[in-house]
Amino acid sequence: MDIFLQQIINGVVLGSIYALVALGYTMVYGILGLINFAHGEVVMIGALVSYSVMTALLPSGMPPVLLALISVLVAAPVCMALAWGIERYAYRPLRHAPKLAPLISAIGVSILLQNLAMMIWGRSYHAFPDILPAIHFDIGGAQITLLQTVTIGLAALTMAILSWMIQRTTLGQAMRATAENPAIAELMGIPVNRIITLTFIIGAALAALAGLMVGANYSVAHYYMGFMLGLKAFTAAVLGGIGNITGAMLGGLLLGLIESLGAGYIEDLTGGFLGSNYQDIFAFLVLIGVLVFRPGGLMGERVSERA
Amino acid sequence: MKMTARFFARLTRHPNDNRVHWLAWALLGLLLASLPWLVAAGFGNTWLRILNFALLYVMLALGLNIVVGFAGLLDMGYIAFYAVGAYLWALLASPQFGLHWPLWAILPIGAGVAGLFGVMLGAPTLKLRGDYLAIVTLGFGEIIRIFLNNLNAPVNITNGPQGISAIDAVHFGNVSLARPLDLGFITLPPLVSYYYLFLVAALLIIGIAIRLERSRVGRAWAAIREDEVAAKACGINTRNVKLLAFAMGATFGGVAGGLFAGFQQFVSPESFGLLESVMVLCMVVLGGMGHIPGVIFGALLLTVLPEFFRQIAGPVQQSLFGSVLVDPESLRMLLFGLALVLVMRYRPSGLWPSPQRRREIEDVQRADAPQDVPVSPM
Amino acid sequence: MTLHKRHTLSAIALLLATLGLTACGNKDNAPAATGEVTIKIGHAAPLTGPQAHLGKDNENGAVMAIDELNSRGLSIGGNKVKFVLISEDDQADPKAGTTVAQKFVDQKVNGVVGHLNSGTTIPASRIYSEGGIPQISGSATNPTYTQQGFKTAFRVFANDVHQGQALAQFATKTLKAKTIAIVDDRTAYGQGLADEFKKAVEAGGAKIVAQEFTTDKATDFKAILTKIKATNPDVLFFSSMDAQGGPALKQARELGLKATFLIGDGGCTPEFIKLAGNAADGQYCSLPGVPLEKMPGGTVFKDKYQKRYNQQIQLYAPYVYDAVMVMADSMQRANSAEPAKYLPEVGKSQYQGVTAKVVFDANGDLATPAVSIYQDKGGSWSYVETVEASAKVAK
Repeated sequence: MDIFLQQIINGVVLGSIYALVALGYTMVYGILGLINFAHGEVVMIGALVSYSVMTALLPSGMPPVLLALISVLVAAPVCMALAWGIERYAYRPLRHAPKLAPLISAIGVSILLQNLAMMIWGRSYHAFPDILPAIHFDIGGAQITLLQTVTIGLAALTMAILSWMIQRTTLGQAMRATAENPAIAELMGIPVNRIITLTFIIGAALAALAGLMVGANYSVAHYYMGFMLGLKAFTAAVLGGIGNITGAMLGGLLLGLIESLGAGYIEDLTGGFLGSNYQDIFAFLVLIGVLVFRPGGLMGERVSERA
Repeated sequence: MKMTARFFARLTRHPNDNRVHWLAWALLGLLLASLPWLVAAGFGNTWLRILNFALLYVMLALGLNIVVGFAGLLDMGYIAFYAVGAYLWALLASPQFGLHWPLWAILPIGAGVAGLFGVMLGAPTLKLRGDYLAIVTLGFGEIIRIFLNNLNAPVNITNGPQGISAIDAVHFGNVSLARPLDLGFITLPPLVSYYYLFLVAALLIIGIAIRLERSRVGRAWAAIREDEVAAKACGINTRNVKLLAFAMGATFGGVAGGLFAGFQQFVSPESFGLLESVMVLCMVVLGGMGHIPGVIFGALLLTVLPEFFRQIAGPVQQSLFGSVLVDPESLRMLLFGLALVLVMRYRPSGLWPSPQRRREIEDVQRADAPQDVPVSPM
Repeated sequence: MTLHKRHTLSAIALLLATLGLTACGNKDNAPAATGEVTIKIGHAAPLTGPQAHLGKDNENGAVMAIDELNSRGLSIGGNKVKFVLISEDDQADPKAGTTVAQKFVDQKVNGVVGHLNSGTTIPASRIYSEGGIPQISGSATNPTYTQQGFKTAFRVFANDVHQGQALAQFATKTLKAKTIAIVDDRTAYGQGLADEFKKAVEAGGAKIVAQEFTTDKATDFKAILTKIKATNPDVLFFSSMDAQGGPALKQARELGLKATFLIGDGGCTPEFIKLAGNAADGQYCSLPGVPLEKMPGGTVFKDKYQKRYNQQIQLYAPYVYDAVMVMADSMQRANSAEPAKYLPEVGKSQYQGVTAKVVFDANGDLATPAVSIYQDKGGSWSYVETVEASAKVAK
């Protein structure tokens, strides 16, 4: 039972990280209908900037928590500026282009950022410093660290704040209006372009935070980390119903749990025929299953045939 | 079914029944025939090998173009069909199972099985559109790769991550293309023989693609691409037509995969990663979705361009700054990424779109049509 | 314009575009410099992508060998010679690997060191064999590479069979492990080594209690580690590169998994210790050959490397260095840099390298490959023992 509980904890932590990244995808998709493929790379940049800041300040003897705070305060503006640039120069000119053009442009940005990061941070894997003391809590025989608790809490908090912002603030109202119909929103006096830029920038700030959490949880950062993470997070967003904030959280958690329990129990479930080497198949099969029966994702509204 | 039969009958008819510019075509034929010799003599076998790979990518891009360009279904796991074709060849013509079947048996089987996989992918995803389809197809591609990578236990089928080596080269009876081919009046080096084989295959595929586009099925695909609901209302059996798109596209991929395995004589799952799918998609979109010459151009460009960067990145820096400041290898990929962004920025419908499609897009841009922006719930 | 005309024009334009593009690569075969004879050595490894740091390390090793050879002012066949390294990125991709190989053959390089990965080395070796160009890999460990019957294929590195046996022997005899868990990363390297290890462990009488899998792109290993924890093994053998092994060890300790951690050559790096942090203390890795400190010239090489590149040796640099040296040594003995002339001499090498005494068997593998075990003590790998891999590689 403690093993099962441990797998649940593993899954929830992984899922929280997916959810944090998925929020960025889902916000942009919700407002523009665009897969921001480069979002994973923005997370990567966030993680590497945090890494640099932390290792630079490490000799100063400041407590690690403070270091983490400073690093995210540096990483967030960098990511925001980056996202602003990406939106302004790679996506905005393509807003009325054929549907696949922004996707290819995003792939281009993704390749560009990866190689830029490789030039700046080199090819090595970097050991991410510990940001919290290694305190363990024991829950029914399973271990959960302070960092993991904080990760889960942070993801939940972020989601709550975002939901509140979108449902209750003027900015959120403007975002929803833009998502509904940009042209009419414009007529109503909403600065559509500024709203879209803001969405990107908020997503990027979340990416910086996600980067820090990924680095800290798995204690490694490198220029290649964004791609797979982005892909998984995007899968999570689709699973939950892309464009939906709660859906992203749900999708992330679900994907994390599927991966963790899949790796843990696939062997027993299939009588030893499939092992943990088929872990990723599980995630994709569930995704296909969900989409076949609910084409809009779990929380998504029914997509019209024209979507 | 009747429709498909009629369409295949039409395939055999010549596309240009009347006045053909024989001279231009003859010139083109001559150029294509002499190309390997020119390239090998002028630039070395490296470029001839790259040219051969480029032809394989032309086949792949044309296959994906049927799904993405003609039918408007975004497939991001296309490389899976290439993998199926390649592995079928590898299994049926290597010491792995001790089978050494000939080309005329394997290639149709490879094409058929790949087509079947196409239907397998298409069937559950019929209802999905756009980005949802993209992520599911991407997952499908990964699933195939994961299976290939792991099917070495409990029964060793694919030899797992080690890949399958010592695959038979393409051969006709006792004549193997891996050895210099003596035709009596001329001896073809292996790379040149492969070039001709790939050229014939590519030309066949181009021919089929052109016929498909102009056929009734092709028009049905275009109708679905533009508006699925309207297409359905017009009496098009959207389910069958979509499945046919997946199957046809997959078939091309299967053929290209088989030829790849015979050429390379080694396959391993690494060759069929997600990035390959993305690359082929880039070829289609960059070249000009749905426009056959554009897609061919895109495939040639994206095969040659990275190699070109590889050749010039170092020397150019050397002459500009006197030393190599930035690693040529990272610069190569950096420039490639930048090129993708810039091309999409200034030629969003691709470098060589069909004139008709370009007009449509320009119209849309001029009208700044707001209803074109997808609407999603937040 | 008629429909036909337009199509013809398109076709011609397409063709011209192709010609124009293919016209770009014509700068191979630059004429040799004044008086001296230039000997071109090709080097191939992934210089981009996730393994780029190892590829660069290989390249550094080759560069050092080339520079040293040039500083000696050698003469071969009566001419003063100058060694030149042509380094190419094979992206760890088999297809790119063959393109690079063809390029080397076209450029008429005198020999090739590489590739780094087995996945690229095997398909490339066919092209070198057809071109008659000697190839020495300093890191490809898959046994298949030297078993294809190519006379041009050599390696100065113990293969998976040797290393798997040595690791198993260490685990069962020295560590006296009764229960062992294995994780492999499903790459050609990780799976190959894990399989050989498993065979040897079972032959040695220990029990495999868990066999789990991950990927070479993974960062989260907690699910499989939790599962392994339930079986409570004495030893955990992690068959992957340092980039996965390091974080995995750290995560294992966070989960309270106490098994002794064992990793192959891919994890025998300073990088691994950095990534695993304190958790690495007391854990083991294996590396083919004898430690640099115990070899004549080994320490000098190590210091020189650190001074020149301002970093520690990552992994295979000394082996690639040896590969270049073996090649140059064979050329001197044959008194020719012609591949056809010096190739027979490569097989007869008796070269005292910095990693091992290089003597090849009939396949082109090392005749007496040794594998050394290291333990992390206070943040660096220190030598424990050398295991002679006794058994011959069975086909």
